[in-house]
Amino acid sequence: MLDSAKSAWFPPEASTTAAHVDLLLYFLLAVCGSVGLLVAFLMIYFCIRYRRRPGAGRPARTHASHALEWFWTIVPFFIFMGIFVWGAVVYVDAYHAPPDSIPVYGIGKQWMWKFQHPEGQREINTLHVPLGRPVQVLLTSEDVIHSFFIPAFRVHMDVLPNRYTSVWFEATKPGEYHLFCSQYCGTNHAGMIGTVVVMEQADFESWLSLHAEGSLALEGRKVFLKYRCISCHSATAGARAPVLEGLYGNIARLNNGRSVVADDAYIRESILDPGAKIAAGWENIMPTFRGQISEEEIYALISYFRSLQRGETPRRVEEYPPPTSTPPINTTAPDSSATEGKSTAPKEP
Amino acid sequence: MSLRDTLFTQAEQKALFDHTFLARDRLEEQYASLPHQSETAAFGMWVFLATEVMFFGTLFVAVGAYWIFSPKTIERASLELNWVIGGINTVVLLVSSLMMVLAIHAAQLNRQREVFRYLVLTAGLGIAFLCFKALEYYLDYRENLIPGFKFDDAEWIARGVDASQLGYVKMFLFLYWTMTGFHAIHVTIGIGVVVVMAVLTRRGHFSAEYYSPLDVTGLYWHFVDIVWIFVFPTLYLLGTHTL
Amino acid sequence: MTIATLPLPASQPVEPPAEGSNYLNVSYGVVSWLLTKDHKRIAILYLISVTAMFLLGGLAISIVRLHLMTPQGTLVSADTYNRLFTMHGVIMVFFFLVPVAPAVLGNFCLPLMIGAKDLAFPRINLLSWYLYVIGGAWTLFAMLTEGVDTGWTFYAPYSSQATHYNVVPTLIGLVLAGFSSLFTGLNFIVTTHWLRAPGLTWFRLPIFVWAMYATSFISLLAVPVLAMALILLMLERLLHIGIFDPALGGDPLLFQHLFWFYSHPAVYIMILPGMGIVSEVIPCFARKSLFGYTFVAYSSLAIAFLSFLVWAHHMFVAGITLYAALVFSCLSFLVAVPSAIKVFNWTATLYKGSIAFETPMLFCLGFVALFTAGGLTGLFLATLGVDIHVHDTYFVIAHFHFIMVGGMVMAYMGGLHFWWPKMTGRMYSQWWSRLAALIIFVGFFLTFLPQFIVGYNGMPRRYYQYVPEFQVWNVLSSAGASILAVGYLLPLGYLLYSLRYGPRTGSNPWGATGLEWTTTSPPPRDNFAVTPIVVRGPYEYDTGKAQNEP
Repeated sequence: MLDSAKSAWFPPEASTTAAHVDLLLYFLLAVCGSVGLLVAFLMIYFCIRYRRRPGAGRPARTHASHALEWFWTIVPFFIFMGIFVWGAVVYVDAYHAPPDSIPVYGIGKQWMWKFQHPEGQREINTLHVPLGRPVQVLLTSEDVIHSFFIPAFRVHMDVLPNRYTSVWFEATKPGEYHLFCSQYCGTNHAGMIGTVVVMEQADFESWLSLHAEGSLALEGRKVFLKYRCISCHSATAGARAPVLEGLYGNIARLNNGRSVVADDAYIRESILDPGAKIAAGWENIMPTFRGQISEEEIYALISYFRSLQRGETPRRVEEYPPPTSTPPINTTAPDSSATEGKSTAPKEP
Repeated sequence: MSLRDTLFTQAEQKALFDHTFLARDRLEEQYASLPHQSETAAFGMWVFLATEVMFFGTLFVAVGAYWIFSPKTIERASLELNWVIGGINTVVLLVSSLMMVLAIHAAQLNRQREVFRYLVLTAGLGIAFLCFKALEYYLDYRENLIPGFKFDDAEWIARGVDASQLGYVKMFLFLYWTMTGFHAIHVTIGIGVVVVMAVLTRRGHFSAEYYSPLDVTGLYWHFVDIVWIFVFPTLYLLGTHTL
Repeated sequence: MTIATLPLPASQPVEPPAEGSNYLNVSYGVVSWLLTKDHKRIAILYLISVTAMFLLGGLAISIVRLHLMTPQGTLVSADTYNRLFTMHGVIMVFFFLVPVAPAVLGNFCLPLMIGAKDLAFPRINLLSWYLYVIGGAWTLFAMLTEGVDTGWTFYAPYSSQATHYNVVPTLIGLVLAGFSSLFTGLNFIVTTHWLRAPGLTWFRLPIFVWAMYATSFISLLAVPVLAMALILLMLERLLHIGIFDPALGGDPLLFQHLFWFYSHPAVYIMILPGMGIVSEVIPCFARKSLFGYTFVAYSSLAIAFLSFLVWAHHMFVAGITLYAALVFSCLSFLVAVPSAIKVFNWTATLYKGSIAFETPMLFCLGFVALFTAGGLTGLFLATLGVDIHVHDTYFVIAHFHFIMVGGMVMAYMGGLHFWWPKMTGRMYSQWWSRLAALIIFVGFFLTFLPQFIVGYNGMPRRYYQYVPEFQVWNVLSSAGASILAVGYLLPLGYLLYSLRYGPRTGSNPWGATGLEWTTTSPPPRDNFAVTPIVVRGPYEYDTGKAQNEP
């Protein structure tokens, strides 16, 4: 029985964020409500008190009062700034996921939601989450812009193609809640609906093990080997690319002197647009995998890198040439000089 | 000799006649006088030009945005544009603006033949601009600089652009065609208006008292020139600092 | 003589009708209307075309609201529904709300209010109308044949790649309509600067003129950006360059930025004239000078300026950075301040006035109430912490309908009813018009108040079907819409009736003090027999003198 049917006036307050948002809403209702009622009352009162009576002469001229004008300019300004600050605090909190959040990998496409848990469970249009633990959902789209909206949790974020966005929440009430797509995405936009199922910790653990397929990190390791990333990113002397253990979540130094955090977006970009950021001390020789690798496989790789500890890089056991890019489209030149690129010939370790 | 002839010289009589004739013929009812109308028309053109700044400005913002995303690629792409022809065109437009200024000056001095000559020169230089532009576009076609139509990924990779950055090259070229295309449309419209003005001048439509349409045309033409002054460095000279 | 109530139609004429030459009867024939340079005739041309558009947009949404009575939505198919709400948005925004007050009331009243014989560029004014009609016809053709389903916001990459509908023709029509409003704005700015009557200094201008000026300012600077954004979208759709396509390195957010850079100021284009109308009507029917004239005048300019700085508040959950969100939220609160100033000033104008409740006043009082409510809910949306929940839900729909329908359309109705006697020389039925105002007010509340609730409950926008627990609010809203429809059809009836059978009015049936009321109703072709010389401010109701009365 969906909890959202409980109260017709307000959606259920089922996450920590929801409580913050609702409190802010009540404050706004109080402030705006009072101002609105004040204006309404004054208007009605003036209309009645000063209605035109037969035989009345011209009303006296009331003089402008700059003091009054400045009063009702400055006071609203400060009230508004107060509301802004409170709203900003709630937003910043909703923006930054706690570091111990459980990751879930979400993909929106016309017209369904696909989710992958790190333990390997896949779900379509349903998302099981545990009660009382923060969960961060990483989101991307396979086609147009969608929007991930769980009213009961008060979380909301657009889901874009070729980019990662994320939301986080900590569910506070078990039950089933609606998931809506809220950015128009085509014919069945209204049908892109899912259910979020909040379970007690123990129930969630048993659900996980019941539907386990092998962890996502293990999947990622397979992907790492499948696309022969190991041929460059190996822990051997003279390797052409840095090892990736301990990379995730830490600072990566780039060859132009800047540093960035190696987060999910960085990893995705490194796979699809490798020339955009080059690690310091390494050459720009990594080919792009755009068009070869799917979003699910990128998620798997991310999950793998999250778990990759020192010394765990797989051993390179073959000496095949490193992979090359997919042939570029729109070529009018007959030769495929693009595939030579800048990769060097394979060397013996 | 009539009283009129004793009071006014022939030149003065002609001026007076022109004034009343023009006032009756050209002055619209909502204006108090011809100078009032002329100043309002010029102001109106300035306001219109402000909107054109916003129109072209959007494209400059787009170029700027992509330059921020991938500066090296955009600059490398810019180097392939034909700055020689672009530079010639800059000079052509500047000279045409000078011709327009001289036309207005002549109009103020009521030298109608000069006005006509300078207007013809302005239009002529405008046409020269379009001819050079056509040549440039043809050369761009030959050099595979038309994304989505005639473009060679391999050439760009050979020039040192990473395969993943090719999208930015195409974007830059697309904006190049759009910006110069819209500018060329504006030049064409300007040439048309200048030609019409030249014809009207030849027919004696204007005088020192009334040359407001020439004034307004001049403002438009100068604007078209100034847009090019910004387009040229933004598109053609962006990458020259790497040379 | 005070005007507490007006005589009933056809029983007592107010003044003997002055049957002279006026702009309506000075020449006859379709050609004289289609090639007119008279701003008053152009205003009437706009009135007819804008009303037709309003009825079409209203028809589209009537079908939508009927369909939404049931959660499964079986009245029309999903594709038809999606095309209907898009049609409603496109027509109402671009072909009704943006042009209506400037092109109808502004065109008619601006030259009269400043004592001029016409606008600065009458032929460009006529060109504006033709651009509007051609753009409208083109867009309507595109939407009524295959249709468009992207929503009036045309977000890429859906609009540039995924949808198979008539995007490009629709956009062409919109670009034309955009240039129409741009040229109208140009005309107004130049006219206000150069054609004011002698003695009419800036701070003696009626607030309606200030509002038109501010609106035109926004129009001039924002429309070209929209035109270019839509052109880029068209080129993207036709040539697949990838400027908005992420797979080719483009950025869909760039489209959103360019689109909202116009479309946010556009909503102020839509509302500022309404504020101007209300600033004329309330002083007239309260018989009092507008309180805080200077502040209200400056607040119009402040709104126009600030409106350009807040566009990304439509994108708080679109993937912009945290810092961008903070900046735009703060600025969005700033832009609320000048609107608040106006509301307080209108209320203060009522204080110690002598208030009569003729129809224009009823509409404008309704405006103040509903605009205030809608504006306050705007604060909810500017608040980051709340917007993350209500973004793209019916809460937003309710907010902007409160402002646009409860605000702007009410104000337009008020203005139309205020200046109708001036435009046509006829008075309409007070009884029917007050009834219409009341029905509109009640219908409006019933339609849109439930939408705030269902929006906060999480019903997203643009849904052709919804979960069953939202049904009660949707049914209430649809019921209200049917009442609202009746309310909007009534004026069509009694206003048209008045053209033939309404009593003729004199030059100043309301006893107002603007310059437009010093000439006959309807005005002669050249507006004023003698150019007025202005000696006083615009709202001197305490002396009861018009601006050019010594």
